[in-house]
Amino acid sequence: MLSTYAFIGIFTVAAITFPLLPLIISAIIRPNRPSEVKLSTYECGLEAIGEIWVQFKVQYYLYALAFVIFDIETVFLYPWAVAYGQLGLFALIEMGIFLMILTVGLVYAWKKGALEWI
Amino acid sequence: MYESLWVMIIHSVLLALAALTGFAYLTLMERKILARMQHRVGPNKAGPRGFLQPLADAVKLMFKEDIMPADADRWVYTLAPILATIPAVIIFAVIPLGKDFVFFGERVTLTFANIDIGLLYLLAVTSIGVYGITLAGWASNNKYSMLGGVRSAAQMISYELAFGLTVLVPVMLTAWHNPSGDGLGSLNLTTMVDAQAGTYLGFIPRWFIFTPTGWLAFIVFLIAATAEVTRAPFDLVEAEQELVGGYATEYSSMKFALFFMAEYMKLIAMSALAATFFLGGWRFPGLENIGGNWGALISFIVMLVKIIFFLFLSIWVRATFPRIRYDRLMDFGWKRLLPVSLATMAATAVFVVLVDQL
Repeated sequence: MLSTYAFIGIFTVAAITFPLLPLIISAIIRPNRPSEVKLSTYECGLEAIGEIWVQFKVQYYLYALAFVIFDIETVFLYPWAVAYGQLGLFALIEMGIFLMILTVGLVYAWKKGALEWI
Repeated sequence: MYESLWVMIIHSVLLALAALTGFAYLTLMERKILARMQHRVGPNKAGPRGFLQPLADAVKLMFKEDIMPADADRWVYTLAPILATIPAVIIFAVIPLGKDFVFFGERVTLTFANIDIGLLYLLAVTSIGVYGITLAGWASNNKYSMLGGVRSAAQMISYELAFGLTVLVPVMLTAWHNPSGDGLGSLNLTTMVDAQAGTYLGFIPRWFIFTPTGWLAFIVFLIAATAEVTRAPFDLVEAEQELVGGYATEYSSMKFALFFMAEYMKLIAMSALAATFFLGGWRFPGLENIGGNWGALISFIVMLVKIIFFLFLSIWVRATFPRIRYDRLMDFGWKRLLPVSLATMAATAVFVVLVDQL
C-alpha cells in the first residue's frame, strides 16, 4: 500500500520539475531588454490610474462563506455514501433530515440575497 | 504496487511526458477542429498537415522575452504559473487508464496510484488549482488581471459544490454494483471502473450513465467540470472581449504557456474523469475480458477514445455557445446546478435503497 502513496510523492516531484524546467531553459535562451514603457502596467495604452489592491465588497465573501458550509456538508456525505449500501433505509432517512436542514440554509441565503452577484 | 524505486520513477516520468504530449496535441486538435467548424483550414504549415505546430509553438514561446511589470509582486508573479501547473499534472496519478502490461517479466501498470481515497485526492487537488489563477490575478497588479482572478475564485468554488455532489452518485452506484458483493461504495477509482463491468440484458453496458439517475448526474458533472476548468462558455476568467486576457494579461513567454498547459491538462483530466465515473473507464463490453498485452493495449485505446470523445465535445461546445454573463453564471451555479445536484444525489440514494428492498 505504501508504494502507491510513494508513487504520488515521486510524481509530485516530477510535476514540480515539470514547469520549472521550461522556465529555466527559457530564462537562459530568451532575450531580455526591458524598458520603462515595456514594464508599465497594461491599461489600454493609458497610464494606470488608482490602486488595484483594494478592499473588496463583503458581498463577495458571502459566497466564500456559503461555499465553506456546503463543502463541509459534501465532506460529511462522502463516508455516508461509501457505507450507504450496507446501512440501507435508516441512513437514507437520517441523511434526508441532514440534507433538509442544509436546504433550508440554502433557501435562507437565497432569500436574504446572499447569492446575488453585484 | 511497484517493485522498486526506479520502476516508480520511470512510471512517473512516463506519465508526465504522456500528459505533456496529450496537452500539446490537444491544442492542435482544438485549433484544427475550431477552424473546420468556422470554415477555415487551421494550422497547416508546420510539418505535414500542421502536425509539428505544437512543437513550433513551444520553441517560439521559449524564445520570447519575459516581461514582468514593474509594479507586480515579483515572487507571487513567478510562483503563480507553477502553482497552477502542478495540481493540473498530479491529478493524473489516480486515474486508471487501462490494464497492466507485462514486458519481459516486468509489470507496466496504467493504474498509476491505486489508492483507496482516490476521489478525495481528486477533489483536494482540483481545489488547489484555483490558487494559481487567483494569485496570478492578484500579483500582476493590473485591473483586468485582478478582475479575472476574483472571478476565477468565485466561479471555481461555486461549481465545485455541484461537482463534489455529483461525484457522490458514482460512489453510491458503486455500492449498488460492487463486484465484491459486500454492498460497500468506494472512493477508489479502480473499484468504480470494476463496478461498471458487464452488461444489462446482454447488450447495454453496465456503465453508470445507463442507470436511472446516472445520466442526470453525468450532465451536471459535464457542466460543472466545464466551469471548473474555465472552458467556454464559462471562460469568464479570461474573457478576451471584456478583460483583455483576464488573469494572464500581464504574462508572457513560458509563464503564459504554463497557464495554458494547466488549463488544457485539467481539461484532459476532467474528460478522463467523466469517462471513469460514468462511461466505464477503460471497459467496453466484449473487449474488457481480453487478457495479456493485447488486452491491455485495447483497454488503453478504449480509454483514449472516450477521452477524445469528451475533448471533442468540449471543443464543439466552445464553437457553438456564446459566453454567458457573469451574474448569470453565478446564479446558474448556485440556484440551478446546486439544487439539481442535491436532488440527483437524493434520488440516487432512494433508488439504491429501493433496489435493495425489492
